[in-house]
Amino acid sequence: MSKTTPDHDRDRNRERDSEATFGDYGGQYVPEALMPALQELEDAYERYVLNNEDGFMDEFRERMRDFGGRPTPLQRADRLSERYDREIYLKREDLVHGGAHKLNNALGQVLLAKYMGKERIIAETGAGQHGTATAMAAAHLDMPCEIYMGRTDINRQRPNVYRMRMNGAAVNPVTAGSGTLKEAINETMRDWATTVETTHYVIGSVVGPHPFPKMVRDFQAVISQEAREQIQDQAGRLPDTVVACAGGGSNTMGTFHEFVPDEDVDLVAVEAGGSSLEIDEEANLAPNSATLSTGTDGVLHGAMTKLLQSGDGQIVESHSVSAGLDYAGVGPELSHLVATDRVTPVSVDDDAALNGFHRLSNLEGIIPALESSHAIGYVEKYTDDLGDLVVVNVSGRGDKDLETVLEETEKRDLEAAPDVEVFEQ
Amino acid sequence: MSDESRAERESRKTRTGSDGQERPVSDEIETDSDIETAIRENEPALITYITAGDPSLEDTKEYVEALDRGGSDLIELGLPFSEPIAEGPTIQAAINRALDAGTTPEGFFDLVDDLETEAPLLVMTYYNMILQYGDEADVRPFVERAAEAGLSGLIIPDLPAEEADPLREACDEHGLDLVFIVAPTTEGERLETIMSQVSGFAYVQARLGTTGARANVSGATHDSLTRLSEYDVPKAVGFGVSEGDHAAEIIEAGADGVIVGSALVDIIADSEETTEGVDRLEAKAAELKRGARRGAGEAVDAEDVPEPEQP
Ligand SMILES: Cc1ncc(COP(=O)(O)O)c(C=O)c1O
Repeated sequence: MSKTTPDHDRDRNRERDSEATFGDYGGQYVPEALMPALQELEDAYERYVLNNEDGFMDEFRERMRDFGGRPTPLQRADRLSERYDREIYLKREDLVHGGAHKLNNALGQVLLAKYMGKERIIAETGAGQHGTATAMAAAHLDMPCEIYMGRTDINRQRPNVYRMRMNGAAVNPVTAGSGTLKEAINETMRDWATTVETTHYVIGSVVGPHPFPKMVRDFQAVISQEAREQIQDQAGRLPDTVVACAGGGSNTMGTFHEFVPDEDVDLVAVEAGGSSLEIDEEANLAPNSATLSTGTDGVLHGAMTKLLQSGDGQIVESHSVSAGLDYAGVGPELSHLVATDRVTPVSVDDDAALNGFHRLSNLEGIIPALESSHAIGYVEKYTDDLGDLVVVNVSGRGDKDLETVLEETEKRDLEAAPDVEVFEQ
Repeated sequence: MSDESRAERESRKTRTGSDGQERPVSDEIETDSDIETAIRENEPALITYITAGDPSLEDTKEYVEALDRGGSDLIELGLPFSEPIAEGPTIQAAINRALDAGTTPEGFFDLVDDLETEAPLLVMTYYNMILQYGDEADVRPFVERAAEAGLSGLIIPDLPAEEADPLREACDEHGLDLVFIVAPTTEGERLETIMSQVSGFAYVQARLGTTGARANVSGATHDSLTRLSEYDVPKAVGFGVSEGDHAAEIIEAGADGVIVGSALVDIIADSEETTEGVDRLEAKAAELKRGARRGAGEAVDAEDVPEPEQP
């Protein structure tokens, strides 16, 4: 019995590597049972998404327009521009149907699952935005749908739980660990390993095994395709800086993708600094989700990427005031773009994010998601690090976060916050 | 069970393989692998799994020795990882208990250093644990330490053959087997590739999904064994096996070994004291081994395998 790999297999592996990875990151670290499904998905991605077979991409674009509300505006934020003394433009993904960029990906994948002849949709969700988007897309395309969501996230994002139920999806609570996104992904992978022959797993960000990071990025790339054209039309040139928040990194990659070849455009990924950037190994907790800024290389949820982990390799619990950023991993392509200095990772803490939330709400009349508020918080706190012409992605709207914001604002002294006590009667 | 099916299996083993090569008969062991030898010599083999550190490393030592006495031919020890995506609730809970008890890779290796079992030992863990051992994200330090501790092989449920080159090379260098799982969905070219790289044994996943004890043997098991019958490599079936009768059915269907994990972890979880757990594990291993031998058509001699003591 031979224990060494035959040469032809090694060649095949090498060839495959360049497709499945971004530099040192990416790959397919999943149970064997899922490998054929990833192969099938890769084939479908190539045929339908990359080659528009059967007019898949035409149908996707049409549905994104009529059902999803694209294109979204690139709005000049007059009062922010005045306050920070530079041109600030907002890419309004909060105006996508469902209230976040998540629909771009969810609709793409549910439609793809339909083209592939799958019978059932499953997804995980953190903030509930991806779950909501998937439930909406599934209802729209008449597919049965189940969503896994951590207990903690169910408690802090109730409006989205209701919305998923309204749209006909089952919501399965996950109680393991700290009951957030990481645990929800584990549980969805377990479901998928059991039902893989008939079920498509709509992963919610540019994470997971190949081809998910590439495919999700391609569905989200519409953000930067539109923004790049819009800024040239409206401001007459490319921006100096593009800012987006990074949880898993789907809105980040979507917002950056078309700008990556524009070497003069700075790409800034804003992570959740939580309450501190240190990992508390004793408590097995990172009181932050700043994976790109502080993480180390490892394998989680199917990909080699940057992770929040202990020295022994145990994944630690992350924390952020925003459920959608509260994740110990990040997309492999972002890890690669950071490793090659194309993307600058930064972070702001919970306080700065909450302040950003209030700032955008009362200056511009836009209530942003707590996730997106990190990007605004960064613009406020580190204005001098930005160029003269700045595009900020508002990845979603904040209706889902109002309860959390009231509760958290009361505990703090935030410059931009209104008096919230009035709500307590 | 029948002598016929046993005979059929013997004849399959001498059949010409799909590549046109004559395959050696199974009795002529042509391998330097402890694991393959353990399976071929003890066929039908019993492979048992428990999680190291559940509920403590001291208990694990006694439990492993009990499994060894009970008739295990190979023992898999789980090195706990916080995100065990291939495990069902039973092993997931065991891993959490082990992590809560402070189980570390160093503690795990110290335990293995201490163990003297007749059955070779394998480590079952997730890829990130291998990568993080040592200072850099690199697989070598783990493999070196595993070889030094006397482990015979590794099973990494989140490492498909496509990603395994670095670990396989390190394992080859140190004479360790890297065992791959064959799932009910593994077919065609992928199956060929995996089977051509089998090291130790092919871990045949009995059903889709995660680990966990089940009340019956899945039809997928029979299909998988039929699909694999032309490959002359040791095949052991796991995922859901919990009783002697399952073991009998699986061996009769053509497997060379059975793998049992969750049913043993359940015993550990329900035992109030270590001594109770030790007795019950030894008895359960004996029951499973007897079942396997019944499946192979062997007369099970009561002298040969210890009778379970009723707890
Ligand atoms: C509005 C919003 N923005 C951002 C995120 C973070 O995800 P990603 O980094 O993948 O865009 C989420 C996740 O739920 C979200 O709901």
